Amino acid sequence: MAKILHKEQLSADVYLMRVHAPLIVEERKAGQFIILQTDEEFGERIPLTIADASEEENSITLIFQVVGKTTTELSEFNVGDNLPVLVGPLGEPTHIKKYGKVVCVGGGIGVAPLHPIAQALKAAGNEVTTIIGARNKELIILEKEMKEIATELIICTDDGSYGRKALVTEPLEELCKNEATKPDMVIAIGPPIMMKFCSLTTKPYNVYTQVSLNTIMVDGTGMCGGCRVNVGNEVKFVCVDGPEFDGHLVDFDNMMARLNSFKEIETEANHKCHIDKEFEAKMEETK
Amino acid sequence: MSHPSQAEITEQVKVLFDEIFDRATPLSKKEQLAIPPQMMPAQDEEIRSHNLDEVAIGYSPEQARIEAMRCIQCAKPSCISDCPVEINIPGFIKNIADNNFQGAIDIIKETSLLPSICGRVCPQETQCQISCATGKFNKDVDKAVAIGRLERFVADWEREQGTIAPPEVKPETGKKVAIVGSGPAGLVVAADVRREGHDVTVFEAFHKLGGVMRYGIPEFRLPNEIIDQEVSTLNQMGVKFEKNFVVGRTRKLLDLMKKDKFDSVFVGTGAGLPMFMGIDGEDLVGVFSANEYLTRANLMQAYDEKNSTTPFYHSKNVAVLGGGNVAMDAARMALRLGAENVYVVYRRTEKEMPARVEEVEHAKEEGVQFLFLQNAKTIKGDDKAHVVGLECLRYQLGEPDDSGRRRPVVIDGSEFMLDVDTVIVAIGNGSNPLVSQTTPELEVNKWGNLIVNDKMKTSVDGVYAGGDIVLGAATVILAMGEGRKAAAAINEYLT
Ligand SMILES: Cc1cc2nc3c(=O)[nH]c(=O)nc-3n(C[C@H](O)[C@H](O)[C@H](O)COP(=O)(O)OP(=O)(O)OC[C@H]3O[C@@H](n4cnc5c(N)ncnc54)[C@H](O)[C@@H]3O)c2cc1C
Ligand SMILES: Cc1cc2nc3c(=O)[nH]c(=O)nc-3n(C[C@H](O)[C@H](O)[C@H](O)COP(=O)(O)OP(=O)(O)OC[C@H]3O[C@@H](n4cnc5c(N)ncnc54)[C@H](O)[C@@H]3O)c2cc1C
Ligand code: SF4
Ligand code: SF4
Ligand code: FES
Repeated sequence: MAKILHKEQLSADVYLMRVHAPLIVEERKAGQFIILQTDEEFGERIPLTIADASEEENSITLIFQVVGKTTTELSEFNVGDNLPVLVGPLGEPTHIKKYGKVVCVGGGIGVAPLHPIAQALKAAGNEVTTIIGARNKELIILEKEMKEIATELIICTDDGSYGRKALVTEPLEELCKNEATKPDMVIAIGPPIMMKFCSLTTKPYNVYTQVSLNTIMVDGTGMCGGCRVNVGNEVKFVCVDGPEFDGHLVDFDNMMARLNSFKEIETEANHKCHIDKEFEAKMEETK
Repeated sequence: MSHPSQAEITEQVKVLFDEIFDRATPLSKKEQLAIPPQMMPAQDEEIRSHNLDEVAIGYSPEQARIEAMRCIQCAKPSCISDCPVEINIPGFIKNIADNNFQGAIDIIKETSLLPSICGRVCPQETQCQISCATGKFNKDVDKAVAIGRLERFVADWEREQGTIAPPEVKPETGKKVAIVGSGPAGLVVAADVRREGHDVTVFEAFHKLGGVMRYGIPEFRLPNEIIDQEVSTLNQMGVKFEKNFVVGRTRKLLDLMKKDKFDSVFVGTGAGLPMFMGIDGEDLVGVFSANEYLTRANLMQAYDEKNSTTPFYHSKNVAVLGGGNVAMDAARMALRLGAENVYVVYRRTEKEMPARVEEVEHAKEEGVQFLFLQNAKTIKGDDKAHVVGLECLRYQLGEPDDSGRRRPVVIDGSEFMLDVDTVIVAIGNGSNPLVSQTTPELEVNKWGNLIVNDKMKTSVDGVYAGGDIVLGAATVILAMGEGRKAAAAINEYLT
């Protein structure tokens, strides 16, 4: 049982919670995630990234977007309530080292998992540029926190309500093009379609690009194979081999198809996440 | 195929029982050997393929005693040495025949800790029953004494009495033992080590206990109630359980000793990493590992559509690839989740299928269709990457291979399409990657299984292992046997 210590709404569909989890605080590293259930008997197991942790409070921070049944139920939990199932930290931590110039690209809710990684990359002596993308100003999260880390922070919105009216791939391409700003490494976290196009953007420039995959999961221990993806023509299990992989090798199209495995089953009424759809539409236009 | 109804079985039993037990003189060996094998009463196939209740109902006391009379009490019983834990089989069976059920269960418990489970899931026809004298006499292994069913009968009888007392625990020693994984291996170690008075904590990654017995083997074969009973006995003995705790991640294995001061650790993390065929189309939507399919159905209770939130795939036509117990369970579960046609695609013939005979029979009765000497070639998808068919090849039996089995050879040009929307891959599991990946000190073989010595000790002092993580995907009874061996070694190590 894990007690909820703090809850706050960051934007229309996005919530932040701090949850008491001393063991996870002790072991967790940037890039790792947890699996939780809102009901022990019948609940679905959903993975969420550990966005931050506090040793004083013995808490981890979760930032989640309400997209379906379990995230809706989670958003109805309040301070003082207990999460019946919380297990972690899971996944391989991000490999943090000094690359030199690093560009961190976060799309929508992806900024949450990006934050601890950017923090760790900065601490390892990298020069961090951050690009944040969202549909509109309302949906930008962690701007202040990211500003503290990044040498430069570029904000893009689809509708131009804040920052540049552009997709994140635009500034990313500009940075790659210019020898003076060409990154030594890019890390992109967001909707799969965004990670796909970020990878396609950096590929011609030969810039190593790491992505964090959000496949469907059940156990998180390498038992079920639900989280499998094709990476460089090999089958990898996101929960034990990942979640981070070389974006140039990931078969995103297949991953996206598999993410929708249960889509017709999970009532469309429950589905509130539009970022990826809009991104897709936009990408089609710009083709 | 059809099975006699329960009423029919009861009628036959009544007549036979009086014949055998109401006579003045004991039966001769010849008469004993002439007693017909007792059929297992089962739920009607029409009804059971729509529910999750246990299919095999179990012997009545009368029926058990008749079956027990079929054992001729061999002077050199082969059954004992064919049982991986060497239960005194003629001993317990004699007690059943003599109507001393308590005596029977006491004998079993000298060696086996989970009889109600092993009696249900052991592959008896390849173990204790394989060279049973009664079966040999009848020239049919299926006519051997039904040792497993008798074992199950007395174990159930004891549970129904409600008088199971937890084993005695010796005074506290102050030594701490950590057990990783709550499958049969882990549970058995917990019991045996706790009995010696050591402080025992079981760490389980999932939110429920029992390992594969809970999330793999379906309720219709092994009701959860039985696993709960075993766990509750351990609770009464003072064993502690930490669920939602992934050793290697929540805590590094060796830190259990370094930071948390456990004196010894047992690793029973089971098999992991489901294997795939490596054919085209295996990454399509609608292709599942049996592990995922069964975990959603069992652990996450997908069959309970009203309450469960786990999504499951609404399949009409399902192909299951493989021929073991896992394949049978997946196929029968698919029927229960509403599939109209379920095919088991197996490369060899029925004779070579590793699944328990009883499960194959039950599967057939329920309507699972078997495609022998056929194998999957490619899985076909539509433009949305959803499965729309399975291309198969036919095989014929060729020359015997090294094992003496005739090797299936593909018939060229025999491709045909099977109309399916779901493919479940049940061709086995590799090793659980997590513990060895996060504990490089532990030596593993090339398949990733932990290497242990004859006392089940790993390459790290104080760390023992057993069950599927050592054996590769094996059986409940082998996991239990290894657990008992490891527990003995741990107890010795701690004194
Ligand atoms: C390693 C990892 C880290 C993640 N971190 C975060 C995070 O920090 N914050 C956050 O908001 N989300 C995160 N996700 C995604 C999150 O797990 C899903 O949004 C969640 O499982 C949806 O559950 P639901 O029951 O509310 O929705 P459902 O009712 O299950 O599904 C609604 C829709 O969401 C999609 N979906 C279902 N499962 C997933 C999934 N695992 N990943 C992505 N989409 C899914 C499906 O397309 C479905 O149609 C992460 C996923 C992974 C694998
Ligand atoms: C569908 C299916 C049907 C089967 N049918 C039969 C049958 O009819 N007869 C038979 O004899 N055998 C059968 N088997 C095989 C049998 O179930 C296994 O051999 C047996 O359960 C192995 O026991 P174990 O204790 O080694 O591991 P498991 O039962 O696999 O238990 C391992 C436990 O460890 C947990 N775990 C894993 N990693 C960690 C970690 N890092 N930290 C904490 N916990 C962890 C797992 O969640 C699991 O609960 C079947 C298997 C399957 C999958
Ligand atoms: S081999 Fe068969 S007949 Fe002989 S003792 Fe064992 S069970 Fe009885
Ligand atoms: S434990 Fe298994 S193999 Fe041994 S006697 Fe019982 S059913 Fe047979
Ligand atoms: S979530 Fe089951 S194997 Fe990764």
